[in-house]
Amino acid sequence: MAYSIKDMVNKEARFVSGHRMCAGCGAPPIVRTVLRTLKEDDNAVIASATGCLEVSSCIYPYTSWKNCSFIHSAFENAGATISGVQTAYNALKRRGKTTKNTKFIAFGGDGGTLDIGFQSLSGAMERGHDITYICYDNGAYMNTGTQRSSSTPHFADTTTTPAGSKIPGKSQMRKDLTEIMVKHNIPYVAQTAAIGNQKDLYEKAEKAIYTEGATYMSVLSPCPRGWGYPTDDLLPVTKLAVDTCFWPLYEVENGIYKVTYKPAKKLPIEEFLKVQKRFRHLFKEENRWMIDQLQKEVDQKWNYLLKQEEFTNSLDK
Amino acid sequence: MAIRERLSGNEAVATAMKQINPDTMAAYPITPATEIPQYFANFVSNGSVTTEFIPVESEHSAMSACIGASAAGARVMTATSSQGLALMFEMLYIASGLRLPIVLVNVNRSLSAPLNIHNDHSDSMGARDCGFIQLYCENNQEAYDNTVMAVKIAEKARLPVMVCYDGFITSHSIENIILMENEEVKNFVGEYNPEEFLLDDKRNISIGPLSLQGYYFEQRKEIADAMIDSKEIINEVSREFYKITGRKYELYEKYKLDDAEIGVIILNSTAGTAKEAIDVLRSKGIKAGMLKPRCFRPLPFEEIPEEIKHLKALAIMDKTDSINGYSGPLFSEITSAMYTSNINVPTVNYIYGLGGRDVKIDNIYEVFSDLEAIAKTGKVNKMTNYLGLRGE
Repeated sequence: MAYSIKDMVNKEARFVSGHRMCAGCGAPPIVRTVLRTLKEDDNAVIASATGCLEVSSCIYPYTSWKNCSFIHSAFENAGATISGVQTAYNALKRRGKTTKNTKFIAFGGDGGTLDIGFQSLSGAMERGHDITYICYDNGAYMNTGTQRSSSTPHFADTTTTPAGSKIPGKSQMRKDLTEIMVKHNIPYVAQTAAIGNQKDLYEKAEKAIYTEGATYMSVLSPCPRGWGYPTDDLLPVTKLAVDTCFWPLYEVENGIYKVTYKPAKKLPIEEFLKVQKRFRHLFKEENRWMIDQLQKEVDQKWNYLLKQEEFTNSLDK
Repeated sequence: MAIRERLSGNEAVATAMKQINPDTMAAYPITPATEIPQYFANFVSNGSVTTEFIPVESEHSAMSACIGASAAGARVMTATSSQGLALMFEMLYIASGLRLPIVLVNVNRSLSAPLNIHNDHSDSMGARDCGFIQLYCENNQEAYDNTVMAVKIAEKARLPVMVCYDGFITSHSIENIILMENEEVKNFVGEYNPEEFLLDDKRNISIGPLSLQGYYFEQRKEIADAMIDSKEIINEVSREFYKITGRKYELYEKYKLDDAEIGVIILNSTAGTAKEAIDVLRSKGIKAGMLKPRCFRPLPFEEIPEEIKHLKALAIMDKTDSINGYSGPLFSEITSAMYTSNINVPTVNYIYGLGGRDVKIDNIYEVFSDLEAIAKTGKVNKMTNYLGLRGE
């Protein structure tokens, strides 16, 4: 069925208001949209790594997780936890202890996914459980106050990579987890963001959840506090990340790449950087080289993806 | 009809697991527990169990997957040792905090560094405050029996259970053993029907919330209460087990203790050596005895002091060192229990057998001979001693 935002928002929400995420945070609309892709008769168990989403959505005795079950156990183990739940489902279904069709989704931030939860995620993906792991990636440890993660962009100012007079922000490039997940030979990997009418996010989430086996999605999740943008600007900031190709939207289905959004006019990286306080120092005269360097990195990655798309589609299927 | 067999400790426990046929098992190989997931993977591959086996990528993930599966409503088991248990440490507290009845078989092994694969009790003693019930086993039969009972104890107490037995000494030694019939085990453990679980068709739940100053304290107190209440559950399950098998288990075992003048408190396989020593000493007219705790968690803190109060001298033996500038954990906890019961028996601590250092019967004689001297004078010259250490 063709995507319709009207139909989508009319579906009953499974992540409901009352949670305590910040205004202007990318995560709640992402989670709501992802869960709206579930068929109405299907049940779901959601696992969350410790992080903003978890500590703001399930504070005893309240929960924002409705029409689904929710489990949090620790920070670095959402992959292992959901694999346990999903495996139990196979056993319980066989014994008739549970009869619903149930989907299994884990959410983790970039800290819980790319760093401390990397091993647990890799193990779960390699074992091929029928689960979907979704990283809402805001590029730092926002819950503890914007410490750098391996997803923090090159040169960004964080509280553990402060833009100082000797060292101007984070010295390393981002770890590209989406590509690492592709190399796990899982049936579906996607990178997406909540832009426009959320079609890209919705369609990818639906595909990820309803593809049999282990699937993975990286979703860009802007953070007003860590990135330094006005809370009203969540959607424009996300759009700039995509239109500058800082955050390309693509999917890899059984090894075949598809770039799902090619901006009509690819904007220079400055457009994305200048609206965020974490990159403010890049606009000093002496730091111009950093913007040039970032542009080079973005272009290389974008070209790599276009080539991968061309190459993998040329292979015998 | 009971089945007579000859099995190693690990084989015996894997057999118990096969008979229990849990819904899910998640495990990672580590010496000397490795054989358990190996045997079990064979049962899975050959269809002799219907368990879903998760060959995880670490022990941290093993316990995490067990937590996920148990919360989902499955009966769950795992096995590990040493560094594996240490890696699980964070998740052990979460298993008990979420009140999940997971059964963990821990084949006791020393902790690094230096690296050593042999037996002592550093691993499970390091995890003594994680909210797991701990059952210690002297031999293969006890390892088998406790594994069967652990499932029922865990589910009734809504606390996870750790079954501990000695690496190599028990895990790899073949002994005569009496097994229950498959049907007997199946009936004994029964169906697992949790009150609340993630996959309940009737209602969805959220597990593992953030719980702040207003609730956390009460929730932790409930876990502490559950541990206290588990004492009666352990006794009740053990009585039921006794009716079926004729094998009697209590919170601890006494060996020639009631009329003893000198006694030792000792865990696991070395208790077997001590029994032999006691028999020989008794034949020489020396009134030696032993108390072997089966439960270290919950600690029978009222019962144990009562049992040893008539002794003239007592040795508490620790196969681990707390490195606290004082003594081993069994000593510090039992002497503290004695103090609160106003029982003042001259008591001495022995740290022994670290990293698999062989404990010979002569070592036990040495302990009893020290105790005879203490009994005569009523004086302890050296509180904490290292038994079998070169140069001691």
